[in-house]
Amino acid sequence: MAIKTEEMVLNMGPQHPSTHGVLRLELVLEGEIIQKVTPHIGYLHRCFEKHCEAMTYPQIVPYTDRMDYLAAMGNEFGYAVAVEKLLGLELPPRVEYIRVIMAELQRIASHLVAIGTYGADIGAMTPFLFAFRDREVVLNLFEITCGARMLYNYIWPGGLSHDLHPDFVRLAREFCVYFKPKIVEMNNLLSTNRIFIERTANVGVLPLETAINYGITGPMLRGSGFKWDIRKDDPYSVYDKFDFDIPVGTGKHGTVGDCWDRYDVRIREMEESVKIIEQALDQLPEGNVTSAIPKRIKPVVGSVYARVENPRGELGYFIMSNGTTSPYRIKVRGPSFVNLGIMDVLCKNHMVADVIAILGSVDIVLGEVDR
Amino acid sequence: MIIYDLLIKFVNWLQSFFVQNPSVLLSDVLAMIISAALPLIFVLTFVLWAVLAERKVSAWMQDRVGPNRTGPHGILQTVADLVKLLQKEDIVASENDKPLFNLAPVLVFSGAYMAFAIIPFSFAYIGSNIDLGLIFFVAASGFVTAGILMAGWASNNKYSLLGAMRSAAQIISYEIPTLLVLVTIIMITGTTNLRTLSEMQTGFFWNWMIFGGPGLSAAKFLFIPFMFIGFIILYISTLAEVNRTPFDIPEAESELVSGFHTEYSGMKFAMFFLSEYANMFAVSALVSAVFLGGYQSPFGYIGNLLHITWLVPIEQFFWFAFKGIFFVLVQMWLRWTLPRLRVDQLMALCWKYLIPIAFVNLIIVGLITVL
Repeated sequence: MAIKTEEMVLNMGPQHPSTHGVLRLELVLEGEIIQKVTPHIGYLHRCFEKHCEAMTYPQIVPYTDRMDYLAAMGNEFGYAVAVEKLLGLELPPRVEYIRVIMAELQRIASHLVAIGTYGADIGAMTPFLFAFRDREVVLNLFEITCGARMLYNYIWPGGLSHDLHPDFVRLAREFCVYFKPKIVEMNNLLSTNRIFIERTANVGVLPLETAINYGITGPMLRGSGFKWDIRKDDPYSVYDKFDFDIPVGTGKHGTVGDCWDRYDVRIREMEESVKIIEQALDQLPEGNVTSAIPKRIKPVVGSVYARVENPRGELGYFIMSNGTTSPYRIKVRGPSFVNLGIMDVLCKNHMVADVIAILGSVDIVLGEVDR
Repeated sequence: MIIYDLLIKFVNWLQSFFVQNPSVLLSDVLAMIISAALPLIFVLTFVLWAVLAERKVSAWMQDRVGPNRTGPHGILQTVADLVKLLQKEDIVASENDKPLFNLAPVLVFSGAYMAFAIIPFSFAYIGSNIDLGLIFFVAASGFVTAGILMAGWASNNKYSLLGAMRSAAQIISYEIPTLLVLVTIIMITGTTNLRTLSEMQTGFFWNWMIFGGPGLSAAKFLFIPFMFIGFIILYISTLAEVNRTPFDIPEAESELVSGFHTEYSGMKFAMFFLSEYANMFAVSALVSAVFLGGYQSPFGYIGNLLHITWLVPIEQFFWFAFKGIFFVLVQMWLRWTLPRLRVDQLMALCWKYLIPIAFVNLIIVGLITVL
């Protein structure tokens, strides 16, 4: 005779150490096996898109910072690209190069948080602190550039708020030299650790077809083995001038598209970012970074969609103008929001501990999920 | 008044007890009480030191400073924390099962403390010189499981319950390889009394069990590889029994908040904390007593050399504490390096690897002993 069992509903979050913000996951458990995961979002909703309709174009920049607060430079970059596309602006080359340097530094900082917190989720605290130690160096670079360490308001439509600090180029080169051995250190400490591999390989496998059907982008899509990076496939700014690779998941320790692959793609992307920064520093032209900033942004009636490769995936801005100084409508395609949608597929028939590992590998920022 | 009456009754009962049993001397009873309380002093001092050491060791490993505000180099940090915990409100939620909830921390600590009864601190001091020492130790650690299960159940919290269930499964599973290794030792030495066992390993370090035990027979050299295997299995399984990383699944912070003690606050929480650290030392002392000569010095005693007899027990205590603390530091080192296993992997490690290896080990050592 079968014993009657009951499914247990467990609310993970909104105050849970591993949901990376105020996310609530409703887990339906059979013992410790997941039957269903429902992410409940909206705890951080700030009406960003509606709010923008009441503001002028330059005023929106600081608000974009607050979406993906771990990659604020990338958000500003995307917004600036979209507005410039709407206006048809030509930019001085120095602006483009500085933007690329900033975006890549931001990618390193953001991936460091992703990797570090992922280690902490799996139970290894030391990689977390090592990652934050290295991220400090990047944040110091941002601080001497624009005074802020997290929310920069640096990349404006048409230019930048300031030129670089005189020491910036030297310090950025020093960072590149400093950072390369740190990636090796991280690999020795975490990536090749047997227990870490056991916990992440073959866990949360995302087949490529499913990933494409769900609109997954960024390291998650590349982890599933598809070489898709907007920097290469739909180049914006000056990304076509640099030589870099797009790392994809290899399935080295398990199946292509498992958590280990997603983690590994982030590690290798940091190496590529260092490459881009070094090239950009070498080629950095002289010029005025504020000359092209329009005095008053008043685009003609029309709409535009521009997308950039943020650390978490494709960040797209749809801007509709009605000919005034404020946008008629702004819609943001947030990569975290789209990527979070696949949690249920990834977690099915895994254990509670795997939910943490999978959520960490999806790498969401709730500021962007909820906006 | 009721308390006063009870006190009077108790004193009367004591008086009549001693009158009716003239063979039991009051001094014997007092000696028993003092002897039982002596390890408490050691345990409390050790815990004060170990909590600080844990934080300092983790800080050094992670490029941090660690606690340094309370007293020179933060040496008073644990005292300050203890005072803070004493002042905290003792929260008992309305949904908790109060009698079990209050009993659980006491049970857990008494289980941890009971283990100290059979650990010889030196030849001169052992709490209780019973002949079933090794078996008693395993039984006492089973006591801890009951307490943890009780805490998880009485908390009426899903996370606590999951933590407690995992803990029960884990500790019960890992007692099997522990016992198998201990039986191997019992077969060679023919004793389960820890003092006799330690006395056997006297002299130089090659008389330790890990080097095949005392004497210079051919069997001794045959034992050496199997003793090393046994030592590693015992260390791993005791690590799992005290719920330390990589086996800290019952209190997996990133999954279960803090597992079975999530609902506890104030001194009850401190009791769990205390027993965790006491347990750490107890298993370290067991491992060193079984394999590394317990309180025996690796190379003779200064006291014997200088003919100062009272110096020998002090030296023995030093070596006992040294070996125990060394293994505690190794536990800390592992904790801050390794990620955490998943619960099924933990079981797989125990049932698929440790138990078969320990069993084969047992059979081979048995054959060598017989031949």
